[in-house]
Amino acid sequence: MSEFMQVLISGLATGSIYALAAIGFTLLWQASQTINFAQGEFVMLPAFFVLIGMHVLGLALLPAIALALVVSVVLLGMVFKRVIIQPMLPHGVLPIVMATIGLAILMREMVKEFYSAEAQPFPSMFSESTFNVLGATVSYQDVGNLIVSAIAIVALQLFLGRTRTGRCMQATAQNPAVAEILGVNIQRMVLYTFMINAALATIASVLISPIYLAKFSIGEPIGLVAFLAAIVGGFNQVRGALAGGLLIGVIDNMSAAYLSSEYRIAGPMILLIVIILLRPQGLLGTSEGRTV
Amino acid sequence: MIRNFALAALVAAGLGATAASAETIKLGNVAELSGSGATVGKAWTDAITMGVEEINAAGGVLGNQLELSSYDSQTDAQTSRALVQKAIDDGAFLILGTVYSGSTIVNMLVTQQQGIPQIVGSEAPAITQKGNPFIFRSSFGAHKSMPKIADYLKNGLGVSKVAVSWVNNEFGKGGHDAFVKEVTDRGIEVVADVSSEVAQADFAADVAKLKGSGAEAIFVYLHEEESARILRELNKQGVDVPIVGETTLLNQKVVELAGEAANGIMGHVGLTVDAPNPEIQEFGKRFSEKYGYKADHNAMKGYVAIYAAKTAIERAGELDRQKVADTLHSMTVKVSEVPNILLDVSWDETGEVSRESFLVEIQDGKSVVKDTLPAN
Repeated sequence: MSEFMQVLISGLATGSIYALAAIGFTLLWQASQTINFAQGEFVMLPAFFVLIGMHVLGLALLPAIALALVVSVVLLGMVFKRVIIQPMLPHGVLPIVMATIGLAILMREMVKEFYSAEAQPFPSMFSESTFNVLGATVSYQDVGNLIVSAIAIVALQLFLGRTRTGRCMQATAQNPAVAEILGVNIQRMVLYTFMINAALATIASVLISPIYLAKFSIGEPIGLVAFLAAIVGGFNQVRGALAGGLLIGVIDNMSAAYLSSEYRIAGPMILLIVIILLRPQGLLGTSEGRTV
Repeated sequence: MIRNFALAALVAAGLGATAASAETIKLGNVAELSGSGATVGKAWTDAITMGVEEINAAGGVLGNQLELSSYDSQTDAQTSRALVQKAIDDGAFLILGTVYSGSTIVNMLVTQQQGIPQIVGSEAPAITQKGNPFIFRSSFGAHKSMPKIADYLKNGLGVSKVAVSWVNNEFGKGGHDAFVKEVTDRGIEVVADVSSEVAQADFAADVAKLKGSGAEAIFVYLHEEESARILRELNKQGVDVPIVGETTLLNQKVVELAGEAANGIMGHVGLTVDAPNPEIQEFGKRFSEKYGYKADHNAMKGYVAIYAAKTAIERAGELDRQKVADTLHSMTVKVSEVPNILLDVSWDETGEVSRESFLVEIQDGKSVVKDTLPAN
């Protein structure tokens, strides 16, 4: 029982971080039909901004994280949207997919070139001490990760549902043409979405890097998991991505613990296939009609 | 004036001719410069580069300068094989590397077929057990180090149940099999046997299994980055039984990446720059001055490899690959003769090495040598 609890809690803690990346994924899709295959690298890179802030500029951890957040929102949000997505958007989804795959490779290789191919230690915001719950040892780090992810997601939901800007963003996602007629500045709303995605990726990066270590190649598995989580949960729903992220975190850990570590990737993949067969729109997704 | 120029030109041409006529000995270093083994390959290559510069500054080998070319295997077995062939095509007299056993087991066939001596940093037992007359190690195979660890578990810690975490590749399987055999022979029960994948990021489930097994000690046999991740997770889940490892677990890079979670781990180390021997201390100092980081066992393996190559060529007396390989078999080098070999070392007929080793504990982020174990 205690082992089960242990695996469950660890799974939820990492799953909540996957959820952040997955939510960003669905946001971009809803706002601008962008499938961002560089999402994993978007999570990998901010950790290096933090490290540069700490080691090159000599900042403490929290100011370095603030700096990384600003740099990420500018580079991975605004510049990414203006330079890569905007010119490609009129040509459909596929060119964007190709461009983001290319961007992912570029980001990996640049980190390798400028920061070496070696893993770097990354400080945790939370204490590494532990306490006991129902026989399971829980670390403050896991709890901290869960809480920070939860706060980020709740804040995002409140922003989207309760503020004028948030509702304009939703309107843009649901029907850009009508939103524009009603006076919503669509381009601005799409830009906000990209900035929010970059901020979510930065939070995910800061939370996951103490566990996974900061390394150029760490984005690949995270990107894959975020993609899976988004599909499993429903590609067009923020809460679907949240559920998908948590589910995959738990199933990944459960299959590693109770099947074998060789099949740990297989667990989430089988889940994906089953869900696509039974519920193509995802667990919490709504089916979308295609228009011509 | 014109005559002076002509004279200068003649002299220059003459110098050029003598420089060109002196032969260089080409060495091909194939190592993990990127990919999951980058930490390992970089230390190995840096030490070899330093060794080559020292040897050349001291007049080279048999009067010839060494010319080192390094190739990046990307920690990929097939790439390493292609690059070993490329190094041979480029005229390498001898091949250094690879360090990852999974790569070595594949690329050593290339040097064997073409009769090129190859000195590797790999530790999987299988490498020297295939009857390849051209393969040589620069550190122990796992079957040499595991008996020392099993003895320590039984006599030093008095353990009767142990859990094993190992990486599912050539290196991990070789070490795992040797370890399980040695502990079982000594009456220690293996209560959890947990394999993980190369570059695995999440060790929460692995650690939950190790923890739940009721083991009195946990033996970790993973690569550097994965070692750091599992140590952090062991710490996170509050595991308090002794954590024991072989060389890799006690690597400086692991200690740096794992931070406080590394304190208290113990293990057997084939080579460590913290050893009390003056030659090793001197090497460690030169290395960190040159590269700005602390040499680990992979750096020491590389350094031993390049000086083993130099000594073997000198003792063979000529640039004959077969003769160099013959010399390396059953070669013994003493520190009193070649200080840069770091520790007295012997090679046997299979290319396996034998030398002293150390029992190390990590205290406050530093590795402390607790004991020196005799060669076996």
